[in-house]
Amino acid sequence: MNIHEYQARELLAKFGVPVPAGIVVSTPDEAAKAFDTLKAQGVTLAVVKAQVYAGGRGKGGGVKLVRSADEARTVAQNILSKPLVTPQTGPKGVKVAKLLVASGVEIAKEYYLAMAVDRASGAPVLIASSEGGVEIEEVAHKNPKAIIREVVNPLTGLMPYQARKIAYRLGFTGEQIKGAVKIMTQLTELFLKSDASLAEINPLVVTKPTDKSPDGTVVAIDAKINFDDNALFRQPAIAAMADPLEEDPSEAKAHKFNLSYIKLDGNIGCLVNGAGLAMATMDLIKLHGAEPANFLDVGGSASEEAVTEAFRIILDDPNVKGVLVNIFGGIAKCDTIARAIITAAKQVGFKVPLVVRLEGTNVDAARKLLADAQADIPTMQVGSDLTDAAKKITSAIKKA
Amino acid sequence: MSILVNTNTKVICQGITGSAGAFHTKGCLEYGTKMVGGVTPGKGGTKDANGLPVFNTVAESVAATGANATMIFVRPPFAADAILEAADAGIALIVCITEGIPVIDMTKVKQALEMPANKGVRLIGPNCPGVITPGECKIGIMPGYIHTPVSKSAKKKGVGIISRSGTLTYEAVWQTSSLGLGQSTCVGIGGDPVRGTGFIDCLALFSADPETHGIVMIGEIGGTDEEQAAAYIKANVKKPVTAFIAGRTAPPGRRMGHAGAIISGGEGGAESKLAALRGAGCHIAESPADLGSTMAKALGV
Repeated sequence: MNIHEYQARELLAKFGVPVPAGIVVSTPDEAAKAFDTLKAQGVTLAVVKAQVYAGGRGKGGGVKLVRSADEARTVAQNILSKPLVTPQTGPKGVKVAKLLVASGVEIAKEYYLAMAVDRASGAPVLIASSEGGVEIEEVAHKNPKAIIREVVNPLTGLMPYQARKIAYRLGFTGEQIKGAVKIMTQLTELFLKSDASLAEINPLVVTKPTDKSPDGTVVAIDAKINFDDNALFRQPAIAAMADPLEEDPSEAKAHKFNLSYIKLDGNIGCLVNGAGLAMATMDLIKLHGAEPANFLDVGGSASEEAVTEAFRIILDDPNVKGVLVNIFGGIAKCDTIARAIITAAKQVGFKVPLVVRLEGTNVDAARKLLADAQADIPTMQVGSDLTDAAKKITSAIKKA
Repeated sequence: MSILVNTNTKVICQGITGSAGAFHTKGCLEYGTKMVGGVTPGKGGTKDANGLPVFNTVAESVAATGANATMIFVRPPFAADAILEAADAGIALIVCITEGIPVIDMTKVKQALEMPANKGVRLIGPNCPGVITPGECKIGIMPGYIHTPVSKSAKKKGVGIISRSGTLTYEAVWQTSSLGLGQSTCVGIGGDPVRGTGFIDCLALFSADPETHGIVMIGEIGGTDEEQAAAYIKANVKKPVTAFIAGRTAPPGRRMGHAGAIISGGEGGAESKLAALRGAGCHIAESPADLGSTMAKALGV
């Protein structure tokens, strides 16, 4: 699960990580007022940032510096008026409903800091780099030595010596060390206590020195936090932060029926049981020269009702020109799927070609059910095996 | 021969009175597995629908039945506890079927299993279909009837199967059985990012097993386990390995059903895995329909 930047900043602040002041707004007037509020605290420069989950907001014009309330209003008006297109949103872009007006900071140097799960060691890992402000993938590619990885024992959390070691290696000095150690410790705490899957501060910055803090201070400017969906049952406050506007409506609908569905750009809808087989079925479609319209795993214990709903979601997609059903019944029973196909044919109707490949538990009963229903579902064909099914559906959509 | 489980494996089910635990305990018994009891705290002293004794703790069940393996169906919030209870009771093989365990819980379980007291404990899963040695012992949710014991196979050749995906494992079993091959043992290692036994452990076991003539390895996008397995194969595995990677068409940044199936941070894509496996001399099945035929060809049958 994702959250917005402003929510990530709030969470960081709650765990004691310093973040510059910021106000969330949803209209141009509110943006102007927010600037005045920050100005009253002595801020002369603010940044207006579109609050969407997608990254690359700066490149898409969703992040602008402003020096006055009027400028804040104009910039806000501009960002809110049209979908934001970034390298991660696709050409249609995403609607911007909220903006963050944050206090600008005089930056001396930028760093990268994140907590994630290191799959190879099966443990949390702290990742840090003195090359902040750019995407970490880019650093990993161009200068992998600039990335520090420190595996953290989840039973002890990050030990102070580990944080100090990293702080020195990053080149922090004087009072900065204390600030950096505290941020690393608190970020780890947040990660472990909130069941995050990624908690990234990029950039983490050292501000320009002032009379009050001659070494500058260490603060988090931008943050991205993702959470482990499997742990949301024990993180109700975090689950409540999800923004329904950011979820694809068909994916949200699928979610309600415990279906694992991801919309893609192709034209062959697929309904499969098991995540691995669902991915392999997408690959199979591509191998036979077509593109999958979705990923859909109906799961092992799907009811007839849920599978019928799955067909409804697939057929609602106007791009879908054909449907491939691929079931290997283990816990899932083939006859349940066959009955769902028959129900879906009655309730939704298969106007597009449908190819069904069934194998495994109760397959004979399922084949009989489908054979009996063939007259009612004229667009249906049976695939004898995977290759046969893929060939039949790809040639059927070419003819259509 | 086989790996991990055989006719001497005595199995308990943790969560035996839950709906999934009860259903699959029956399935395993019917397959011929030596199911010896189960554990549900608070229901100790009762019997399950099959007449198996139910215990309050794993330690009690081990003392009474001599169980050496467990099959866990405990719900996600309590599954980490169930795994460590089994380890503490001295169960050598812990098969965790449960899907949806928080990853932080699994990182803690991993650390705890590293402790000297838990030396000799092996965890399979979580989020996996289980382990089966056809004709001898089935621990998990796989449909038993598609499997073929090596001794009963037409070609008298056995393949070992290791997979991150349940249904793709069934696909590999079905296809190899249809071509006259048997399976020595099939291990579902699970679809989570943090898990117990991995590809390399199984590759080592299959390499040493005389009844395993070839190995089918089914990976998917996410992480770098397949790349590491490829390096291991190149250096150590003499038997033919057929490999398939699911998710060549999966978009980056999206979790494809399994918690571990995600391409992120420029890592975990299918092409890098396939290149590594190809470089290690594996026989790549380009299509999921070719799992069996690629293996058969590599075995020369």
